[in-house]
Amino acid sequence: MRTSPEGVASSLGGNPPAESVSAVSVRRLCVSFASAAGSHLVLSDISFDVRDGQFLCVVGPSGCGKTTLLRLLAGLLAPSAGEILFRGQPVRGPSRDRAIVFQDYTKALLPWRTVAGNIALSLEACGIAEPDRGERVGALIEKMGLQRSAHQFPGQLSGGMQQRVQIARCLAQQPTLLLMDEPFGALDAMTRQTLQDEVARLATEQRTTVVFITHDLEEAIYLGDRVIALGAGRIAETIDVEIARPRNQLETREDPRFLAHRHRLFGLLQEH
Amino acid sequence: MQRGPSGLRGWVIPVLVLMLWELWSHAGTFPIDTLSRPSDIAVAGARGFIDGSIPLATWQTVQAALYGLAVAAVLGILFGVILGLSPRLEGVVGPSIDALRPVPSVALIPLALLMFGFGLQMEASVVAFACLWPILLVTIAAVHGVEPRLLDVARVLQMSFAARMFKVILPAALGRINVGLRIAVSISLIVAVTVEIVLNPRGLGYSMIGAQQSLRPDLVYAQLLWLGLLGWGLNAALNKAVSMWPGGVQSYEDVQP
Repeated sequence: MRTSPEGVASSLGGNPPAESVSAVSVRRLCVSFASAAGSHLVLSDISFDVRDGQFLCVVGPSGCGKTTLLRLLAGLLAPSAGEILFRGQPVRGPSRDRAIVFQDYTKALLPWRTVAGNIALSLEACGIAEPDRGERVGALIEKMGLQRSAHQFPGQLSGGMQQRVQIARCLAQQPTLLLMDEPFGALDAMTRQTLQDEVARLATEQRTTVVFITHDLEEAIYLGDRVIALGAGRIAETIDVEIARPRNQLETREDPRFLAHRHRLFGLLQEH
Repeated sequence: MQRGPSGLRGWVIPVLVLMLWELWSHAGTFPIDTLSRPSDIAVAGARGFIDGSIPLATWQTVQAALYGLAVAAVLGILFGVILGLSPRLEGVVGPSIDALRPVPSVALIPLALLMFGFGLQMEASVVAFACLWPILLVTIAAVHGVEPRLLDVARVLQMSFAARMFKVILPAALGRINVGLRIAVSISLIVAVTVEIVLNPRGLGYSMIGAQQSLRPDLVYAQLLWLGLLGWGLNAALNKAVSMWPGGVQSYEDVQP
């Protein structure tokens, strides 16, 4: 069940933060939920670091605590034990610095606001006033390829377009950390690949740190600089993906290193 | 709200009834002291309008109904949102609400009279009491029904309470709050007229009692018909107003595939 989680945890956790401040440091994190059958441990003893500008993917079967981990990083949930440091400061609650893209875009967008209005929501919350706000909304609409939908309502758009709106709204916050919770899980294969490449491009361009949750192994390896495999609430494995960017949907997925990682993680996650 | 060509069909029964009624009133078996002729009713109504007594009474009734409704809407939505957002508070206040709610609003008339005396305020306070409950309960349920994801979004954006309320919670709950408001609109008119009939010397209810006491069934019928029309119009106008609430919910419903 555990091949090397202890090793990874201690090698990362052993370094005092003096050396270089990580974007995120997770230290001995535990989460348990009380249920009728008693206390249920969702995450146990999770420790890892995310470097500034790193694209970290967390992969695991459903129910392994991925979403819980992301909600903790967002500050929407408090850990039962352990702590999370964001740029050296403990996370005590949500912050505009940490944007989160939810999987269920139909629920995360305001259905009574247009695409432009949904993106503007972030800027309104940041206190950015009108002439500036409209300009930034326009720029984001262009960046996410939403020009033709700017004045439509989310209910009128395809799933892929709605997810673009949500990503645009998160980018409008100008976050230093972008959290993504299985953002493409509900999309068709073609749309998923297009958006994967766009998110990879945006992350590189803006040098944003990304923590990306997925249950899709190939997606994790394709997007990540580093992949953490979660199994039954523990870190089962951490791998570094040293395939150069920009990656390519065809060639990267045929790269021997890609296939080796896939083999390895596939075998691991099968055990859980 | 589908009318179209079938709209005319809705008039068939009322017109037929009026015609038969008028015909019957000219036969010997017609109880003229309880059932007036439609033509007499029309004349009595027209006179009431011309001498200004019906418009004045109408204004007094509508004023009290709207005043009470407005107070109930503000209090009901405000406390409904607060209670809806805090299950703990709802647990504390909920039983008291359940205890107060079944009190018949009309039973409050003596108390309201002691507090405010005759007049607008006393009537409006009874209307407000009656309208508060449906608005409050529906608002609590509506806030419970707001997509939790949207609340997450508001939290991550660190929105202020006011921004959260006006940009997220109220627009999201509005569709359901509307249901409570619509129920309250009809209640407001019922209660206002009831208070007037029971003892408040103003408005259409009091005016109908006056007509009854002076043995004028034609005037009673005229005011009754007018009251029906008024209720229908008030409902339609408030529904229209409610649907134009900022946030453009109307247009959202329009675009739903």
